[in-house]
Amino acid sequence: MVQNSLGRWIPQQFNGRACRPYCDPFSVQPNVQRASRALRRVNPGQSKLVSNLIDAVIASGLKDGMCISTHHHLRNGDALLNNVVRVIDTLGIRDITIASSSVHPVHAELIPYIHSGVIRGFECGVNGLIGELASKGEIHCPITVRTHGGRARAMMSGELKVDVAFIAAPCCDLYGNMNGCSGPSACGSLGYAYPDADYAHCVIAVTDNLQPYPVTPISIAQTQVDYVVEVERLGDPQKIVSTTTRITSDPIGLMIAKHAAEVIEAAGLLKDGFSFQTGSGGTSLAVADNVRKKMLAAGVKGSFGSGGITSYFVDMLEHGLFNTLFDVQCFDLEAVRSIARNPNHLEISSDMYANPFNGGGVVNQLDAVILGATEVDVDFNVNVNTESNGYLLHNTGGHSDTAAGAKLSIITVPSIRGRLPIVRDAVTTVTTPGETVDVIVTERGIAVNDNRPELKQELLKRKLPVKDIRQLQQEIVALTGQPKAVEFEDDVIAVIEYRDGTIIDAVRRVKD
Amino acid sequence: MEIRNKAQAGTMQSSDMMVFVEAADELIIEIDSTVFKQFEHLIRQRIEQQLKVLDVSRGRIRVSDRGALDYAIDARIETAVRRSQEG
Repeated sequence: MVQNSLGRWIPQQFNGRACRPYCDPFSVQPNVQRASRALRRVNPGQSKLVSNLIDAVIASGLKDGMCISTHHHLRNGDALLNNVVRVIDTLGIRDITIASSSVHPVHAELIPYIHSGVIRGFECGVNGLIGELASKGEIHCPITVRTHGGRARAMMSGELKVDVAFIAAPCCDLYGNMNGCSGPSACGSLGYAYPDADYAHCVIAVTDNLQPYPVTPISIAQTQVDYVVEVERLGDPQKIVSTTTRITSDPIGLMIAKHAAEVIEAAGLLKDGFSFQTGSGGTSLAVADNVRKKMLAAGVKGSFGSGGITSYFVDMLEHGLFNTLFDVQCFDLEAVRSIARNPNHLEISSDMYANPFNGGGVVNQLDAVILGATEVDVDFNVNVNTESNGYLLHNTGGHSDTAAGAKLSIITVPSIRGRLPIVRDAVTTVTTPGETVDVIVTERGIAVNDNRPELKQELLKRKLPVKDIRQLQQEIVALTGQPKAVEFEDDVIAVIEYRDGTIIDAVRRVKD
Repeated sequence: MEIRNKAQAGTMQSSDMMVFVEAADELIIEIDSTVFKQFEHLIRQRIEQQLKVLDVSRGRIRVSDRGALDYAIDARIETAVRRSQEG
């Protein structure tokens, strides 16, 4: 074990790879060439169409010990990853690593295949039961959690080698041109699948909406696709995107949102050219609503909104409040419809979105980002991966990427969740380092990082409820009582990779 | 007070608790909680304290806690105990 710069103990090796300890957000430099793959030749008259998933897996040459991927734009409605693993099991292939862009609760169906040795580990974060069972020691599969930008980086640098990518293609032609805009499984942006199309050794387009050549627009092109396979269903459309995303009605959430918007205003960012990102949670949307009103009142014309796109951002685009939307993932149906009709609603790859090792990602151009947390601590470190009970339940997403990139990163959290104090002495797991977090907004006060003294002065001047983070923490614990610390065993079940590939924390098995 | 009849108070919402009380020859407190690992000791302590205030020395007290803070524990226990007085 070695200690990283945040004092977290991390293993020297995990899942056969040496762990570099995290040191700081910006100094690690890449020292490799871009990864490559063998060229291939498809001659005139040659068909890419294979008749089913079994034939596709056979054609791909997938063998024991190899690595596969899918993308998570179909979210909890995805049926493809489960189907692929079932086929792999049928073919008697074992020791497969899953390197999808994320894994959702629906993929709890994979658990028997972890027990039986078909799946040996995850080169991606996991949402839901898989992480919980790993935390309890009931399944054994090493998990390497990456940010969206970090995944793109790891694939580009060759650190993460995907042998076969199965790309769910909601609209696809016989030669592999695809987009996510139409069809029963329409999910909009295919942004997370771009690195897979670029770097996986074999790329299989899987569709439930096979179209004559050519489909337009082309998101991922024929030149990157080896095989095309038609299936009955890519997933359950009801669960792929939520039909609506709604502003919270919870008074605590609304109060937090109001303060968060006021912080953005106080930071002097609400002027022409303003750029902004929020998540799809009810509080995030309430912040967006407050920001929208402030932009309208001040006559501000923003430059772009980014990230997971919701109907609220589409509405702001269509009302001229933003020039452009950079969309790596559509969160609701309105966003899916918009990406098909609005020329300034652009699909971007996870590389362009958030990769730290390229010519500069969209996150570097962000003015303000609103982010959530399961816990924060007095050093402004943020946990989104584990809960206070120690279980690994959530993937990182773009959290650390946007926090590092944006001029102003704001964490919006309730101070207490079901008696658990959310501002801790030290978070259970560090996902995002405090150095990249500027402000924490709770309903009991606003804490400003010491590295932003002018912002703190400005908030005080505007009579916003600014509190020292330690004072805030003590007030909360006075209400909740001091929780008993969760105890952990020594064995590491997951490592949390920072966006640059260093290890920012390790997740250990929870003691019974 | 004496716990006479079966009674209950509270809700299953987050940050609340359900309290079920019934007569028994000794004091039995059974706790189920979403934050059992972290807070069982404090929840038990608070329930015992409130029962003392209400002068309850016997009865079966069963709580299903969803992370209630102390004031909510006090209120739900008191309400359940008072309801147990009614016919």
